[in-house]
Amino acid sequence: MFRIEPRKEPSTLMLYATPLIAVALTILSGFVLFTLLGKDPVRATLLIFYKPLTSFYSLSELIVKATPLILIGAGLALCFRANIWNIGAEGQFTMGAVAGGAMALFLFEVEGFWVLPSIWIAGALGGMLWAAIPALLRNRFNANEILTSLMLVYVASLLLSVLVHGLLRDPQGQNFPESRLFHDAALMPILLPGTRAHVGFAVALLAVLLTWALMRWHVIGFQIKVAGQAPRAARFAGFSGKKIVWFTFLVSGGLAGLAGVFEATGPVGQLVPALPVGYGFTAIIVAFLGRLHPVGILLAGLLLALTYIGGEGAQIAMSLPAATIQVFQGMLLFYLLATDIFVNYRFRPAPMKTAPPSTPASPTAQ
Amino acid sequence: MKSLGLKFAIAGAAAAFALGMGIAQAADKTKVGFVYVGPIGDHGWSYQHHQGLLALKKEFGDKIETTHVEKVSEGPDAERVIRQLAQQGHKIIFTTSFGYMNPTIKVAKRFPNVYFEHATGFKRAKNVATYNGRFYQGRYVAGIIAGKMTKTNTIGYIASFPIPEVVMGINATYLGAKSVNPNIKMKIIWVSTWFDPGKETDAAKALADQGADVLFQHTDSPAPMKLAEQRGIWAVGQASDMKAFGPNAQLTALIDDWNPYYIRRVREAMNGTWKSTDVWGGLKEGMLKMAAWNKKIPADVVKLAEAARDGIISGKLHPFTGPLKKQDGTLFLKAGEKISDKALSAMNFYVEGVEGSLPK
Repeated sequence: MFRIEPRKEPSTLMLYATPLIAVALTILSGFVLFTLLGKDPVRATLLIFYKPLTSFYSLSELIVKATPLILIGAGLALCFRANIWNIGAEGQFTMGAVAGGAMALFLFEVEGFWVLPSIWIAGALGGMLWAAIPALLRNRFNANEILTSLMLVYVASLLLSVLVHGLLRDPQGQNFPESRLFHDAALMPILLPGTRAHVGFAVALLAVLLTWALMRWHVIGFQIKVAGQAPRAARFAGFSGKKIVWFTFLVSGGLAGLAGVFEATGPVGQLVPALPVGYGFTAIIVAFLGRLHPVGILLAGLLLALTYIGGEGAQIAMSLPAATIQVFQGMLLFYLLATDIFVNYRFRPAPMKTAPPSTPASPTAQ
Repeated sequence: MKSLGLKFAIAGAAAAFALGMGIAQAADKTKVGFVYVGPIGDHGWSYQHHQGLLALKKEFGDKIETTHVEKVSEGPDAERVIRQLAQQGHKIIFTTSFGYMNPTIKVAKRFPNVYFEHATGFKRAKNVATYNGRFYQGRYVAGIIAGKMTKTNTIGYIASFPIPEVVMGINATYLGAKSVNPNIKMKIIWVSTWFDPGKETDAAKALADQGADVLFQHTDSPAPMKLAEQRGIWAVGQASDMKAFGPNAQLTALIDDWNPYYIRRVREAMNGTWKSTDVWGGLKEGMLKMAAWNKKIPADVVKLAEAARDGIISGKLHPFTGPLKKQDGTLFLKAGEKISDKALSAMNFYVEGVEGSLPK
């Protein structure tokens, strides 16, 4: 009936349309899912995608939730554009929280304008250090960075667990595995009074702006693009592949680390074993949904945050199972990858029954 | 920036209006909220709290409205979930895992007219009460049965986190088993999770492979019980009656029964007599029950177990009675001395005879 035919050039229209198509298909599948669960699909969809936009508090929580997603997503986009697969942002996030949190505890009850910056720098360095390991292994031993970065996620969360069970444990906490609560000078300044929305969101916007400028104007941005799209051309042009690996890993690790320390000293206010909740993995969806473009990532980060907040609201209001939201996010990525085919290919009606001469070997025309 | 502020203000006003409507509609019903750490289908800890919710519905019918949120991580999301429940007019909110302690306290400060009930924590406020079960009592009784039923003299123990709650459970189990079997040994595996059927199964396998023929768990899924059934060994159910998962394997189970407590507290919230309290109920108070003994347990063993249970209920017996030494040999309870609740709730050491060391 239809034939899939490669396009001469990738379709710009489809490039921007497919994320929207993916969102639409997800919502549509959601309808089916909710109906099967015996819930009112219109109400559920409104609760997830619209209700959180109608109150000041849930808008502020949207910002809280989107901040780490945007920060991490912006960094990951650099990696992915260069065809470098940093899958371990979750671990870099955790190590940022550990390093920044440890600094906050080290400076416990210390006041001063420099306290906050030191904590942030420690967090960024923690994330960079963790990202440097897969970068080094790839450059030195040609080890697959997908595996190494992913495995380090588990090492990081175990390290966090060891520390809050021992060295960083709250001395007044009756042996419970948590650090003490950070003092006020170590906490993220609040952006909107009475909420948890903190200045990390401004930093995330800045990161979006900077990575956009970098990709557009800086020579390393150009190198990243060439390395990703035409590795051979990049080699002929004399771009150092190793340098690009280092650069993208360190930047994305640093941003993930910042996201981690913001989370620990922001909404949580202490180190707890359950601190990493999967932002590093969700940010992969964010990066692709945003077409690896900083502005797209900003929007995608807000959208994914919306599904979290809205999903929770729907769970509270309609007793939807908690797994619904994970299913939603999974479908989103699935549809996005599936519809990606429209960017480079197009569907054309197949010619009528007469077998085309180009495929004489096929027994049936269809 | 200004226009953004204005937009927020409008949105806020609209929300306040909508919220006001919501409260007006539900004014005659008391809203009760629950936050669970696991899925309701864990057939353990969260499942049992949900049974409490169902009991409330049965007791109060349409005088109350209940809401529950499952699988809420003990990280950054907890505060938002609790706050949303408070904001939506819930009068009393039960947060049922230790990790919700600080978020509960934080939200409680903002909502002085909402009652909060935090399970297993130690921080309280004027509108935050805490409650917990004396599960160590049940473990002591089950330890006696295990000590008698084991052929390999080895108990396997799947532990979650080295917090006092878990450590006292290990010690109580050991002391119970030791009281009837001087050769008892205990193998402990720490899985660092409350609920992960895969990890729990792996741990159960490892323990069975190492010769343990009675499994204890301080995790929430019935996976270890299922494995015990497959391997033809014994196991003790946790939090809920797990007989369906191990009809032959389950010796007994510790059953958390929150229903009477929940009914009492919600009634107090409804008639305005609610006060912040710290309740630690056990076999005597009925917050903890023992599941029916396995038919294969010999009558003399049942007798021993029931004597211990009745002794604990009457107050004659305390699982932690001196002389007791720590693992390193130092005396912490003199002969005849009973441990104080304060010391018990901060327990961070093994008693003498338990092998291995606490994970740091």
